Amino acid sequence: MKIFILKRCLYGLFTVWFIATATFFAMHNVPGNPLNDEKATSAEIRKNLEARYGLDKPLYQQYLIFLTNMAKGDFGISFTQKNRSVNDIIKAHFPVSAALGFLAIFFAGVGGVLFGALAAHYKNRWPDYLLIALVVITISVPSFVFAALFQLALVNLNLYFDIKLLPIAGWGSVQHMLAPSLILGLGTLAYLTRLMRSSLLEIENAPYIKTAKAKGLSESRIFFRHRLRNAVLPLVTVLGPAIAAITTGGFVVESIFAIPGLGKYFVEAVHQLDYTLIMGTTVFYGSYLVLMVLLVDILYGFVDPRIRMS
Amino acid sequence: MQSADSINTFSSEDFLPLKQVKESVINQNESLDYWQGSWKKLRANPRAMLSLIFIVSLVSFSLFGPLLWRVDPARQDLNQLSQAPSMNKQAIVVDTFISWQPENLFGDQGIKHLSILSPAHTSSVKLRWPINPEADYYEIYRHEYQPSGENDFGLPLAETSKEENFYEDRLNLEPQTYFYTVLARDGEGKLLAYETIETGLEIAVSKKDAEKHLQAGKWKKVSEHEGVLRVELSSHPMGTDYLGRDMMARLMEGGRTSLIIALIASLLFVAVGSLYGALAAYIGGQTDNIMMRFADFVIALPFLLFMILLKVSFGIRPGESGIGVMVFSLVILSWPGAARLIRSQVLVLREQNFILSARINGAGVLHILWKHLFPNVLSLILISLSFAIPSVILTEAFLSFIGLGVVPPTPSWGSMCQEGIKTFLFHPHELVFPSVFIGVTVLAFNLLGDGLRDAFDVKAE
Amino acid sequence: MSKPFSGLRKAQVYLLFLLCCWCNAAFSDAIDFEQKKIQIALGAEPPDLNYLRATDQVSFFIIEHVMEGLLAYDEQNHLIPGIAERWEMDEQDARFYLRKNARWSDGEPVTAHDFVFAWQTVVNPRTASRYAFILAPIKNAERIIEGKLKPEQLGVKALDDFTLEVRFERPCAYFLNLTTFATYYPVRKDFYLKNTERYFADVNNMIFNGPYVLDEWTHGASLHLSKNKNFWNADNIQINEINIPYISSDPTVIFNLFRNEEIISTGLDADTIKMALQERMQIKKFNLGAVFYLEFNHREERISSNIHLRKALQQVFSAEELVYKVIGLPGNKPAYSLFPSWLDGEKEKFFKEHPAKKIPVNIQAAQKELALLKKELNLKELPAIVLLTGDSPLASKEAEYLQALFKETLGLEIRIDKQIFKQRLAKMSSGDFDIVLAGWGPDYNDPSTFADLFYSRNENNHGRYHNETYDHWVQIAMNNTDQKIRMHAFSEMQNILIDDVVIIPQFERGVVYVENPGIKNVTRRIFGGDPSFRYAWLEATED
Repeated sequence: MKIFILKRCLYGLFTVWFIATATFFAMHNVPGNPLNDEKATSAEIRKNLEARYGLDKPLYQQYLIFLTNMAKGDFGISFTQKNRSVNDIIKAHFPVSAALGFLAIFFAGVGGVLFGALAAHYKNRWPDYLLIALVVITISVPSFVFAALFQLALVNLNLYFDIKLLPIAGWGSVQHMLAPSLILGLGTLAYLTRLMRSSLLEIENAPYIKTAKAKGLSESRIFFRHRLRNAVLPLVTVLGPAIAAITTGGFVVESIFAIPGLGKYFVEAVHQLDYTLIMGTTVFYGSYLVLMVLLVDILYGFVDPRIRMS
Repeated sequence: MQSADSINTFSSEDFLPLKQVKESVINQNESLDYWQGSWKKLRANPRAMLSLIFIVSLVSFSLFGPLLWRVDPARQDLNQLSQAPSMNKQAIVVDTFISWQPENLFGDQGIKHLSILSPAHTSSVKLRWPINPEADYYEIYRHEYQPSGENDFGLPLAETSKEENFYEDRLNLEPQTYFYTVLARDGEGKLLAYETIETGLEIAVSKKDAEKHLQAGKWKKVSEHEGVLRVELSSHPMGTDYLGRDMMARLMEGGRTSLIIALIASLLFVAVGSLYGALAAYIGGQTDNIMMRFADFVIALPFLLFMILLKVSFGIRPGESGIGVMVFSLVILSWPGAARLIRSQVLVLREQNFILSARINGAGVLHILWKHLFPNVLSLILISLSFAIPSVILTEAFLSFIGLGVVPPTPSWGSMCQEGIKTFLFHPHELVFPSVFIGVTVLAFNLLGDGLRDAFDVKAE
Repeated sequence: MSKPFSGLRKAQVYLLFLLCCWCNAAFSDAIDFEQKKIQIALGAEPPDLNYLRATDQVSFFIIEHVMEGLLAYDEQNHLIPGIAERWEMDEQDARFYLRKNARWSDGEPVTAHDFVFAWQTVVNPRTASRYAFILAPIKNAERIIEGKLKPEQLGVKALDDFTLEVRFERPCAYFLNLTTFATYYPVRKDFYLKNTERYFADVNNMIFNGPYVLDEWTHGASLHLSKNKNFWNADNIQINEINIPYISSDPTVIFNLFRNEEIISTGLDADTIKMALQERMQIKKFNLGAVFYLEFNHREERISSNIHLRKALQQVFSAEELVYKVIGLPGNKPAYSLFPSWLDGEKEKFFKEHPAKKIPVNIQAAQKELALLKKELNLKELPAIVLLTGDSPLASKEAEYLQALFKETLGLEIRIDKQIFKQRLAKMSSGDFDIVLAGWGPDYNDPSTFADLFYSRNENNHGRYHNETYDHWVQIAMNNTDQKIRMHAFSEMQNILIDDVVIIPQFERGVVYVENPGIKNVTRRIFGGDPSFRYAWLEATED
């Protein structure tokens, strides 16, 4: 088991290195100079600016410096947020994205199981059709359309009832998190609903359910103790992809709901050509996802001995 | 489920030996049966068939639509900006616009009230008002509703100096009723007096435009009396966008963009991935190991982040639509999924007897890949294709949303959605149509994928 | 079977109810009349509040409220005394007499030494201030910026604690205007040396001499300004707190926040205007001061360096059609000159004294020019023309419009090159374009802030326009203080810009916006921080 974990960790490190290298060279292939600004600057000032960001050195040196700094966990100073290091930015804004993401996963998980169960329970009756229709719409329409419409609906609701039901944008309290995380989790929620429904239906006629019925257990007991428990297990397998989807889904939701998460910063950094911030966030996100996959892997390893063997 | 019924009913005849046939039933026939059977199953699946019909009609809408609907998607009609879907709109023809100056500038001319010089139409509205001797300047406002008080005059259009008691409004005029208010203010900005006038506007087109389009047969003459010519404008069954371009033509062109990106990118990365996976599995051993490790690395790249990064990195040269870069980036990032899938299938197939017999018969690697493995993984390839397409379409829409999609003037459904969101409240058709098109396409391909999976009887991961 | 769910449902309803109660309690309104507190939203996080280096509008907005220079602008945007009580100025030098009651937020007095230190730091190349050039009228400034002289040699001196002497490199008619600019604000040496690179990076690295203090700053999320009790004119500041809980660049979000009564004002776009009319909001407009134009690449190897092409394009383009039909937002004005309509001339507005020639649309004439061009270059078909543009929605819309316009009228093939901000600038500097959609926001209230753009030695002259006569007039305007001579020079430059089609002016940027009726006298500004709440007050309306 130890060897398995060690191997996985080593492998994760390699992956991070690969991500960093790919990011670095993709970034340095970008035409244009991050130091350009509306006002032209004198040669002397330019030289000083380049020195501040280490842009005066040859590419391979910049790469080596980048790798060493990264190993130390230092991503440099941002080009646009001139007084802040990329580390500061990640430290300040990743927790926001993470909080949003975890709440989204929570909503998706609870909602997915609940709706999936409902749909399976009312199989081929109207609640099932309604839920399936909702799932289908959620999966097929781009998420930003939803987010924008949802916000609009919220404003009109607030105006209509003349009370402030939920904040429509911004950050700072738990209330601010509700609407955006719900939207963020919507895609995963829909996916989980579908999965839950089909896995519940699949085990409907499983031998152990038949046994339970034969034993004369109550319907609800069978449902909660046997069917639900067994149907929920496969959901764990989609945790990895779900985290990835929700992390990047944050870009849209954070922009629309004016949330100071890392995703919003990344998108802005791309538009501003903020080298250090782009590289920092990409490597950080990459490592974060690798770590998550690693954890899920190890978790499986514990749960399912077959994986350890292969 | 249906097959279960036939198995459950046996008769004694079923247990008799089969009649001898002259030619033996061999592989070829069986594989034909496999495809035929799958097709039959697919046909029996109403959802999949409906999806297939939708897909075919969407593709033909985009590809062949322009043959029937001969409207240039780039043509801007500044007379009809952001129009809701409509047919047979009529307009009056007015002189080609020249900036208006009243004949006797600066003076009272016996004007008693704020008045609108006829004709008022969407090309221009000309206002004149009496001079207020105490006024230092005038403010002109325009409202779409009856003004309700001193804080509700509507849109501030302009200020004029105390000698200028006229104004010509040309700002974004639409065929509807407007309320113009002119305010007289003194040197300190105190409101001295104001007057409101109401006017309804008709669509107007310039003589020059009218001649051109009548000649080309795009517009039709309706009537002409007392020197006023009326024409019927070209119809826009799905409305127009913010530059007066025909939405239907743009949806066709946008559909081509979206579908081309989706089809080419998916085909390419599924092809690249399949080849890579099949080769890795077939060669096996250490090579397989290394090749798949590399694929794992690529999978580990955060997809959307790198999609954005690569798009910025390769840049888009002037005049390019950005389709090439997008397809390229998609292929670079998406091939490993297909590679993994095909590899696992080939690993199983590799050990089977028909491959062994082919090898014994001296077939080369490529021959085996093409003739024996390919037909056996084709179903898998088809399934992953039909799931890849919708995800590419959604990715394209996402990139458009953050401003890194295709470059204008090339439309895509995603970029049209993104533009439509801004004007959703008052021009919903600009968002609804492209969203519905995306939604239907994504759904249809997903359902088709489901159907294919059932038909080919492949167990999903 | 519905049993297991009924309990859940009850719980859900109950939970939802609790949630609503609790949510409702957590809001604050746009205006708190008792605490004299307002809430606003910002378009972006301030990128750099260090006013020695700041270049952007958002940072300038904050700086306007927390700092004050020698002079300031009043609510009509006229110059008034700031930290300097009075001054004397002639062509060679100027003296500023500082008020003795001006204090930093920690109670220390603001002295002439603070200005000397600040200005020397700005021109020091190691500070790498992009706005260092704005100190150029001061003696030796340019040579210090180029690294040829030492910062200590700058022509500024503290005669005593409260008297500042400035020597000029050349006469500068608008120097007093410049002293209101953020780059001219004072810096206290001891405090700066303690922080250096971190100066104004965070609330504890800041010290203020203006009407407000920035006391809370959660990066990317919120800022909070409170009245500065040590400000010399604190009695006249009416609003006690400015809370900025939202940062978003999405106009729809900002508008929604306004409708939800969480912020006091919002800008309007084509769609939200209709909503504002429907809800009968009082709409205001404001000219932002910037001018947008098509800038040509005058480098010889480019086809755009040919006058016939430029003339052809000039004669098919109508600024009115662009503004009224394509942009379609009130507030924007068609432009016919590089010099916008708000610029002051000698006695009246510049555009009244020196009206620009309007070039009427004349497609036949334009086609003739095009024929001449083809003849001159000996070409049958013209190559495609590259139109460089930014990635804002407005820029894309304009580019698409122009592409169709030039195609339809002249049969010209236009290739749109849409680039993100930095890449567009890079391409502009390297000359990788034929035409670029450009704009220029003024730095101070004098036509030279625009006119200098096409001076052949100016780094911001991206098209590398070079014309001896134009340069001659720039020199004259630069070296004179007589407004009559200067305005004549600007008028000559205006003629050259139009006759030689150096640029095609498009529009003057303006905005329409709505404001909560409870706040009065918010000052909108072309220069410095916009909007300014220095002179605003609150007044509850009846409803």
